[in-house]
Amino acid sequence: MTTPPLASFLQDEDFISACYIAAAILFIVGLRRLSHPSTARSGNLVAAVGMAIAIAATLLKEEITDYALIAAAVALGTLIGVPAARSVKMTAMPQMVALFNGVGGGAVALIAWVEFRDFQPTGPAGNQSQELVATDVMIFLMFSTIVGAISFWGSNIAFGKLQELISGKPIQVPGQQVVNGLILLAALAGAVYLVADGPVDNEPIFIAVLALASLLGMLMVLPIGGADMPVVISMLNAFTGLSAAAAGFTLDNTALIVAGTLVGASGTILTRLMSEAMNRSLGNVLFAGFGAPVAAAAAGDDGDKTHRSTTPDDVAIQLAYASKVVIVPGYGMAVAQAQHAVRELTDELEKRGVEVDFAIHPVAGRMPGHMNVLLAEADVSYDKLKEMDEINPEFPYTDVSLVIGANDVTNPAARSDESSPIYGMPILDVDKSQAVIVIKRSMNPGFAGIDNALYYEENTSMLFSDAKSGVASILSEVKELG
Amino acid sequence: MDLLTELTIFVLACFVGFEVISKVPNTLHTPLMSGTNAIHGIVILGGFIALATASDDTLGKVLAFIAIVFGTINVVGGFLVTDRMLEMFKQRPKPQRAIEPEVETEKP
Repeated sequence: MTTPPLASFLQDEDFISACYIAAAILFIVGLRRLSHPSTARSGNLVAAVGMAIAIAATLLKEEITDYALIAAAVALGTLIGVPAARSVKMTAMPQMVALFNGVGGGAVALIAWVEFRDFQPTGPAGNQSQELVATDVMIFLMFSTIVGAISFWGSNIAFGKLQELISGKPIQVPGQQVVNGLILLAALAGAVYLVADGPVDNEPIFIAVLALASLLGMLMVLPIGGADMPVVISMLNAFTGLSAAAAGFTLDNTALIVAGTLVGASGTILTRLMSEAMNRSLGNVLFAGFGAPVAAAAAGDDGDKTHRSTTPDDVAIQLAYASKVVIVPGYGMAVAQAQHAVRELTDELEKRGVEVDFAIHPVAGRMPGHMNVLLAEADVSYDKLKEMDEINPEFPYTDVSLVIGANDVTNPAARSDESSPIYGMPILDVDKSQAVIVIKRSMNPGFAGIDNALYYEENTSMLFSDAKSGVASILSEVKELG
Repeated sequence: MDLLTELTIFVLACFVGFEVISKVPNTLHTPLMSGTNAIHGIVILGGFIALATASDDTLGKVLAFIAIVFGTINVVGGFLVTDRMLEMFKQRPKPQRAIEPEVETEKP
């Protein structure tokens, strides 16, 4: 060894493995802290430190020499990622997460491709002697290829749908599930062939598998309605984690295995929690094309239903003289950026001695926790945000429920109408309060495409406006009451 | 490292992943998803290694380069976005946080 002692110590595989262990500990501690409101932010920081250690340790590896190219790639990625993360609006967070998740999956698929090419006898690094690639390496390689590609394209479609570049409505073609099944079978058949026959001279088949998996990723997410997108993004997040773990097996890298598996496992739990909050199974989310058949059914019996509309000054009087008001925020509030106006209205009402609470449905908005984030941004105190189980018994004692841009989570059909597709979904029982005021732009059905029975209840009145100007005009009317 | 050792690590990490976040308030689902999303940006390491294996394979180098760019976006963007979300949960001066005393006591 001609390398100086310090360099040889730093490049020692044991030292690098020790760094990976430190990184793994930091990831686990970070995740744990991320699960509590008061420690969450530091948890994210801890995980980021873990990542920095893992990256630095890997750069010390002996075989890694092309620092100029790595620096260029990292610089380019930073130039793209940082401004995107800095400038994204709070309402657009879900699609941003989808996008960041997608590039992770894409990276996994590309790495698998590079490794595959490396196994070619014509390839570099004198691999002529390695024509027999271990079966398990090939299995993990094909797994990371297929799952990574699905995650990349699926996430991009999810991004497109949430960003409304593609229609957010479920897009369904008859027999689509059969087609998807056939594509999956074809991709698997290709993968099995590659595992059995080995990678040598089979790159065209590898590319075909990659293409099939990409197509499958797109077709899988395309028919899913926008309301279900959070669940899908969470699932794809778990997918990327698992594919990263598989890449760790192919590359013999424990940091990838540990971090990828942690994300795969925790992502699976999160996905389950989210679909449970909507009272639907994951299979239902993936294959049911939520909303499509229902809009048609609801259109049929529209004729005999009427709704009342109201005006901001009426609403102001109702609110100002109530003793208890519950505000139910939803995606409409997020889109209109109405959270600050809502907080001002809350302050004004509280000055008048009205008790104001917020009812947060687990899936209000398009992501669990979406409303909490927005209201916290507007400085609404954390203890005013009541979760569904806590607030539901209080609705009968509530004078006015003010529904701001929320729809499906308040639909009483979920309790009573067995034919409704959301039947059984836990909802906020706003219809049990003395009066309900709904701020909504029009009578158009919400994200799930379902008509809301709440709007036709006798104690409900509608204020047709977008959330921000609606709340602002109520606020100025309340102030005028003096 | 042999396959069995790696599988052991995999299985144990699965359990840790399940356990560590099985009790999470709804409020934190989105930030947590975003945080785990940043953690799988670990694929950037794979990109480094792939670039090394590609050595004089030009297409391989291009693919590995893109993989590193993607991985960087995943890591940097992921942690930043999560931090921005969590910034909103900052402690407010109001001392009325009686809802979660158990969290208060856990602070270092």
